[in-house]
Amino acid sequence: MAEKTGGLASFVTSVGMRSVQAVRETGYLAALLVESFYWLLAGFRRRQPVRMAAIFKEAMSAGVNAVPIVGLASFATGMMLAIQGIHTLRTFGAEDQVVLGIALSVTREFAPLITGIFVAGRSGSAIAARIGTMTISQEIDALRVIGINPVRYLVSPILAAMLLTLPALTIMSDLLALLGGALYCAGELSLPLPIFFARTFESLIAADVLQGVYKSLIFAVVITMIGAVNGFGVTAGAEGVGRATTRAVVLGSIGIILADMVFTFLTSR
Amino acid sequence: MSPDSLAIEVTDLVTHYGPRIILDHVNFSARQGEIMVVMGGSGSGKSTLLRHLLGLHQPTSGAIRLLGKDITKMDADEMFDLRKNMGVAFQGGALFNSMTVGENVELPLREHTKLDDNTIRIMSRMKLEVVNLAGFEDLMPSELSGGMIKRAALARAIVMDPKLLFFDEPSAGLDPVASAELDELILTLRDAMNMTIVVVTHELESAFKIADSITVLDHGRILMSDRTAAVRASEHPRIRALLDRTPRDDSVDADEYMERLTREIN
Repeated sequence: MAEKTGGLASFVTSVGMRSVQAVRETGYLAALLVESFYWLLAGFRRRQPVRMAAIFKEAMSAGVNAVPIVGLASFATGMMLAIQGIHTLRTFGAEDQVVLGIALSVTREFAPLITGIFVAGRSGSAIAARIGTMTISQEIDALRVIGINPVRYLVSPILAAMLLTLPALTIMSDLLALLGGALYCAGELSLPLPIFFARTFESLIAADVLQGVYKSLIFAVVITMIGAVNGFGVTAGAEGVGRATTRAVVLGSIGIILADMVFTFLTSR
Repeated sequence: MSPDSLAIEVTDLVTHYGPRIILDHVNFSARQGEIMVVMGGSGSGKSTLLRHLLGLHQPTSGAIRLLGKDITKMDADEMFDLRKNMGVAFQGGALFNSMTVGENVELPLREHTKLDDNTIRIMSRMKLEVVNLAGFEDLMPSELSGGMIKRAALARAIVMDPKLLFFDEPSAGLDPVASAELDELILTLRDAMNMTIVVVTHELESAFKIADSITVLDHGRILMSDRTAAVRASEHPRIRALLDRTPRDDSVDADEYMERLTREIN
């Protein structure tokens, strides 16, 4: 019996410890987010501006270099939606309604989500690995003693780059997914491309596209902050960097999906 | 000795790591233009002391005055200004691995000055020249040897011509020749630029060669802080043990020993 309560007590303890840890991490994430924006907006007044060159460099690696993979995934997803949509709608004899289905689901949901997941996998892990490695090799300390705020120097440029490139990637993803859908419809339903796109733009309103863009802004923040928090939290050498990298991808992806759910719930009612 | 001539003044510094006390009422000072060596065995708290001198941690209590200002009571902007007068060479170099050696040395100038590109490049090459690394500016840190990394880190530390230079374990991991060269370099820097230099080390030979004063730390307490000659002549058993490289011979308290073994076991 004594052993049983011991087990229960240690279970409760571990749940409690994990909760405290989670709350602490969330608080740290919020503080880091505020600080990153602070340096972006007020850095030049404190003689520590966030450099344009650094933002562009991050935009290249996080955004531009992600174009091929995000493009390919979006194209395939658009085509997949067309295949499934036609298959499902055929039971009601309404397969020409597939255009509306693709247009809405791509712009409101799939384009930002696919972009977010891929960027989380590419850049979330890279952010965590870079900051984590710098933490264990004392490079973060070196930055601080030189008088360079590590958040200003490492996190703010990535945040700005993500906020710039993720919406752009999402728009690109919109177009390529629609193209994928259009090409399949052209083959399966003999629906010419111009007509597909004419119907798409007829049924879409600006708010549909904007919803995707707003989501991508939220995802940019989620990916950057989760990557940075895990990177700065590294303590246990190379193994710690590996763990932080994995954690950044897993938490980043689930963070995106949860944020998506909440945002969709709040905006679609 | 007027207090103005003190570049570093630490009074009653107490620090904790969790519940454990690391530094226990540490007092010492270093004069302008002096080479102060902080010595102590592993776990003596010397690395912790250095991190506090660098303003990387907030102490539990006490004051750390660098160049006359208490860094424990400074706001971020004052600290930012003070950091331009501080140079630090970390034990592992802590060079930024994503940048070339040249870019590493240039970074403080790029961040703190509005000098044009060519001036910055020339100034950083001058410092690389000082540490005998001329011509290596286009290499990546991963392509350098251990001694070269330390010298490159030193070049980055002095590129702003700081008044205070901190050097963590200059001879750790180096062969005797490279380590002797580094000692010469430290002496040259002090003579040429009148820097106040704090060197943290456990290397006796190098300590006595470069030090004007030596502070000996043991278990978070200052055993002695005095001119080099006085430390060399000290009769204190713990200092003698450190100087004569005898193994420590602490008597074991039986109760304390049992308590340590059975702690947190019910």
